Amino acid sequence: MNTAVLDAEGRPVPLSQRGPASTWSMISFGFWLFLLSDIVIFASLFATYAVLSTATAGGPSGHEIFDLKNVFIETCCLLASSFTCGLMLLSAERRQLKNFYLWALVTWVLGAAFIGLEVTEFSDLVARGYGPTHSAFLSAFFTLVGTHGCHVTSGLLWLLVMVAQVATLGLRTMVVRRLFCFSLFWHALDLVWIGVFTIVYLGAAHA
Amino acid sequence: MLNEETHHGKDTDLSLEDETVINPKTYLFGLALAILLTLASFGAAITHVIWGPGLPIFLAVLAVAQMGVHLVFFMHVNATEEGENTVLALGFGIFIVALVVFGSMIIMHNLSNFMPSMEELMKMQR
Amino acid sequence: MLGKLTWAAIPFDQPIPLVSSIVMVCGILAILAFITFKGWWPYLWNEWIKSTDHKRIGVMYMILGLVMLVRGFADAIMMRGQLALAQGGNPGFLPPEHYDQIFSAHGTIMIFFVAMPFVIGLMNFAVPLQLGVRDVAFPVLNSVSFWLTASGVLLVNLSLFIGEFARTGWLAYPPLSELKFSPGVGVDYYLWSLQISGLGTLLAGINFTTTILKMRTTGMSYMRMPIFCWTALASNLLIVAAFPILTATFAMLLLDRYCGFHFFTADMGGNAMMYINLIWCWGHPEVYILILPCFGIFSEVISTFSSKPLFGYHSMVVATMAICILSFIVWLHHFFTMGAGADVNGFFGIATMIIAVPTGVKVFNWLFTMYGGSVRFTVPVYWTIGFMVTFVFGGLTGVLLAVPPADFVLHNSLFLIAHFHNVIIGGVVFGVLAGYTFWFPKAFGFTLDETLGKAIFWCWFIGFYLAFFPLYALGAMGATRRMQHYADPAWQPYMLVAFGGAVLIFIGIGLIAVQLIWSIRTRDRRRDVTGDPWDGRTLEWGTASPPPPWNYAVEPHVHGIDAFWAVKHKGKELHKVSESRYEAEHKPHYETIHMPKSSPVGFISAFFAVCLGFGLIWHIWWLVIFAIVACIGVLLWHAWNTDRDMNITATELEEFDRQHPGLGAQL
Repeated sequence: MNTAVLDAEGRPVPLSQRGPASTWSMISFGFWLFLLSDIVIFASLFATYAVLSTATAGGPSGHEIFDLKNVFIETCCLLASSFTCGLMLLSAERRQLKNFYLWALVTWVLGAAFIGLEVTEFSDLVARGYGPTHSAFLSAFFTLVGTHGCHVTSGLLWLLVMVAQVATLGLRTMVVRRLFCFSLFWHALDLVWIGVFTIVYLGAAHA
Repeated sequence: MLNEETHHGKDTDLSLEDETVINPKTYLFGLALAILLTLASFGAAITHVIWGPGLPIFLAVLAVAQMGVHLVFFMHVNATEEGENTVLALGFGIFIVALVVFGSMIIMHNLSNFMPSMEELMKMQR
Repeated sequence: MLGKLTWAAIPFDQPIPLVSSIVMVCGILAILAFITFKGWWPYLWNEWIKSTDHKRIGVMYMILGLVMLVRGFADAIMMRGQLALAQGGNPGFLPPEHYDQIFSAHGTIMIFFVAMPFVIGLMNFAVPLQLGVRDVAFPVLNSVSFWLTASGVLLVNLSLFIGEFARTGWLAYPPLSELKFSPGVGVDYYLWSLQISGLGTLLAGINFTTTILKMRTTGMSYMRMPIFCWTALASNLLIVAAFPILTATFAMLLLDRYCGFHFFTADMGGNAMMYINLIWCWGHPEVYILILPCFGIFSEVISTFSSKPLFGYHSMVVATMAICILSFIVWLHHFFTMGAGADVNGFFGIATMIIAVPTGVKVFNWLFTMYGGSVRFTVPVYWTIGFMVTFVFGGLTGVLLAVPPADFVLHNSLFLIAHFHNVIIGGVVFGVLAGYTFWFPKAFGFTLDETLGKAIFWCWFIGFYLAFFPLYALGAMGATRRMQHYADPAWQPYMLVAFGGAVLIFIGIGLIAVQLIWSIRTRDRRRDVTGDPWDGRTLEWGTASPPPPWNYAVEPHVHGIDAFWAVKHKGKELHKVSESRYEAEHKPHYETIHMPKSSPVGFISAFFAVCLGFGLIWHIWWLVIFAIVACIGVLLWHAWNTDRDMNITATELEEFDRQHPGLGAQL
C-alpha cells in the first residue's frame, strides 16, 4: 500500500502530485466530510441544550427524570453493536458471506434494542406529562436525543438495504465500499452518543 | 448517493487487510478500552469517589478519551500520507464543533448576566 | 384533503402580486409551449436536465441565478420607488404588510438564489477544468445539488401566487417568526425552501471539497493549484462547516412552529437570542462563502490580463485560508447591541478588524500584479478595478461598524444596508459578472460583446454609487432599515438619488440580456477557435472552446503554477529548434476513458422534494408521505443501478482533437 511512487529520475513523487486518487479514497473522504457536517448539526443541538438545560420553566430538571440504569443498558447496546459492525465489515472484506449475515443480524438487533429502550424512555416521559412542549429544557432534550435516535433508525434501515444489496448484488467492490461507509456512519453515531450520555445524562446526574 | 462509481481513479479494491493495524484484535482492544472508559464515567457519576467540583472535568476527559479510542480503533483514523486529508478534515471539524458549542455557551452566558430573561422582558413590555 | 390550502390563498385582492404572478405564469407557459412547438424536449431532457456534466450544470446554475436576479431586483426597485415617494402625507404605493414581504423576499432571493447559484455555478464550470480532470468527484450528486437548489427557487416563487411570503426579514428572527406572531404560511415557505436548497448546497460543498483535495491531475500539488481553486476550496470547506448549523437552527424553529416546542418562543423558557447566535454562526461564514471565490476570479482575471504571474501567490493562499478560519470567529459582530458585556463585544470587534489584514494583503497583491504588467483593459478588468475601488470603501465602513460603540449608533440603520450592499454588489456581483465574461467564451466558443460589456459595467458602477452612497448619509442621519415611510422631508432628496441609482442598475441588468442576445446573433464574428481567447495561463484555456464532455482527451501533466502558460512558451521554444522533434515529443497517447452516464435521479428527487416542501407548508400530509416514499424509491433505484459508466474510445478522442487543433493535447 505504501510503496513509494518514483518519477523518471528515481525520486519519490509526493502523494499530492500523483494525480486523481482512487475511487475508494474519494468516496471514503467524501463520506467523511458528510459525517463531519452531520457532527456539526449535533454540535448546534448540543450548544442549544447546554444553553437551555436550566430553562425548565417550572417543570422538572434533568436529574429528576433521567434513569441512569436505562442509559447504561442503551450505551452497552450501542457499544456492542459498534464492535459487531466492525466484525461485519471485516467478514465482508474477506468475502465470508455467512459471517457477514450473522454479524449484520447481531448489529441490527442491538441497534433495534437501543431504539426500543429510547422509545420506551420517551413515551414514559410523555405519559408522565413531561413531553417536549413542556419547557425549553425538555424541547432541547427531546430534540438532541431524538435526532440521535432518528440517525440510528435510519442506520437500521440502511443496514436492511445493505443486506438486500449483498443478497442481490453479492459482495462486489461497490457494495463493500458502501458497507465501509455504513460502518463509518454507525461508529460516528457512537461518537455522538458518548457526548450525549456524558453531557445530558451524567451531567444532569451530577447536578 | 455518495457511493456512486467515479470514473477517474483506478478502481482498486479496498485493501484494509493489507494494513496490519486492522484486524479483529484491533476491534477487541478498542472495545476493551471503550468498556473501561464507559464504566469509569458511569461509576464516577453515580458514586462520589471523585471530588464534586472536579467531576465535570473528569467526565469530559473520559468522554474525549473514548471518542479518541473510537476514532483510532473503530474508524481507523491514522496519520499516514493517505490519511492526511482525513486528519486535517477531522481537525477542522473539531475546531468548528468547539467553536459552536463553547462560543455559544460563553456568549449566551455573558448575555444572561447582562440582560433579563425573555419572559421578564415580555412582562416589562406589557 | 388539501390541508390549509383554499382559494383564499390566491391573492385576488392584491393587484401587484396577482398581476406579477399572472405575468410570470404566462411567461413560463409561453416558454414551455415554444419548447414543445420546436420539439426541443428530448434534447433538453437528455442533454441538460439529465446531464451530469459539470460544465452544463454550471451553466444551468448561472441561468438560474440570472433569472432570479431579475426577480430579486424587481423587489429592490419597488422598495426604492416606495421610499422615493413615501414621505410625509404620501403613503407610497406599497402597504406595510406587502412591503415587509418584499424586503424579506429580496434578501432571501438575492443571497440564496442569486449569489449562491452564481458562485457555485462558476465553481462548477471552472474548477474541474482548472484541476485538469474530467468531472467532479460525484457527478450524479452534483446534479442532485443543482436540482435541489432549483426546488428551493420554485417554492419561493410559488409563494408569490399561492399564499404569501415571510414578513420577518431575510433571517426570520424569532419570536416574530414563531407561530404565535406569524401564523401564516409565509415563514413556512421561507424555512422549507431554504432547508431544501440548503441541503443541495451542503452536498455541493462536500462534492467540491472532495474534488479539489482528491482529484487534481498528475503533478498538481497544492501549491500548483490555480488560485481560484484555492478560494473555491476555502469556500466549500466553509459550506461543509456552516450550512449544517443553518439546517439545525431552521429545524429547531420548525419544531417550534409545527410541534409546539419552546426553543425560541417568548415563554416556557425559550430563548430567541440563541437563534440569533446560531443563525449568525452560519451567517458570517456565508458572507465569505460568497466573496472568497470572487477574490479568486479577480486574481485569475488580473493576472491573465496583465500577462504576469499573480503577485504573491503564496501570500494569497495564506490570506485565503486565514480568512476561512477567521470568518468563523467574528459572528457576534452582527448582534453587538443584543446586550453582551464589553469584554465579549471587544473580543469580537477586534477579531472582525483583524479580517481586514488578510483582505488588505489581497488588495495589495492585485495592485502589484498590475504594476509593471501590460494591462489589457477588457471587460473583466473593468469589473476588477471597479471592485478594488468599491470594495475598499465597503471594507472601511465594515471596520467602522466593527467598533462596538459605533455599532450601537449605526446598527440596523441604512448605513448598515449601504455597507453590506457595498461589499456584496462591489465584491460578489462584480466578481460574478467578471467571471461570467471571462469564462463565457470557454463555455460557448464565442466572446461576449465588449462595447455592451463596458456599458453594463458603467451602469452598474455608477448606479451602485448613486443608489447606496446616499444610504450611508441617511443612516448617519438616523434612517432605519425596513422602514416603509418617513416624516423628515430632508431625507427625500437622498431617497430620490438612490432611486435614480436603482434605475441605472436596472438599465445595466437589461443590457446584460441585450448583450447576451446580440452576442449570440453575431457569434460567427466572435468565434474562439483556439480555445485561448485571452492568452490565458491556467489549464482550462488549453482545451477546446467549448470543451468536449471529457474536458481533456489525455490527462494533462503539470509542472508548476500557470501550467498552460508554461506549455505555450515551452512549445514556442521547441518549435524554433525543430518542428519534427516537437511533433515527436508531443504526440499524445490516446486511451479509452470512462465517463459517467447522465442520470435523471437529480431531477426526479428534486421534483419530489418540491412536493414534500409544498405538502409541509400547507399541511397536506398525504402528499408529504407520498413524496418521502417516492424520494426513498428514487434513491433505492439508484442504489441498484450498476450501469453507470460509458466508454469513449481512443479513436473518438483522437478525432475530436484533430478537429479542434489547440494546445490541449500537449499539456
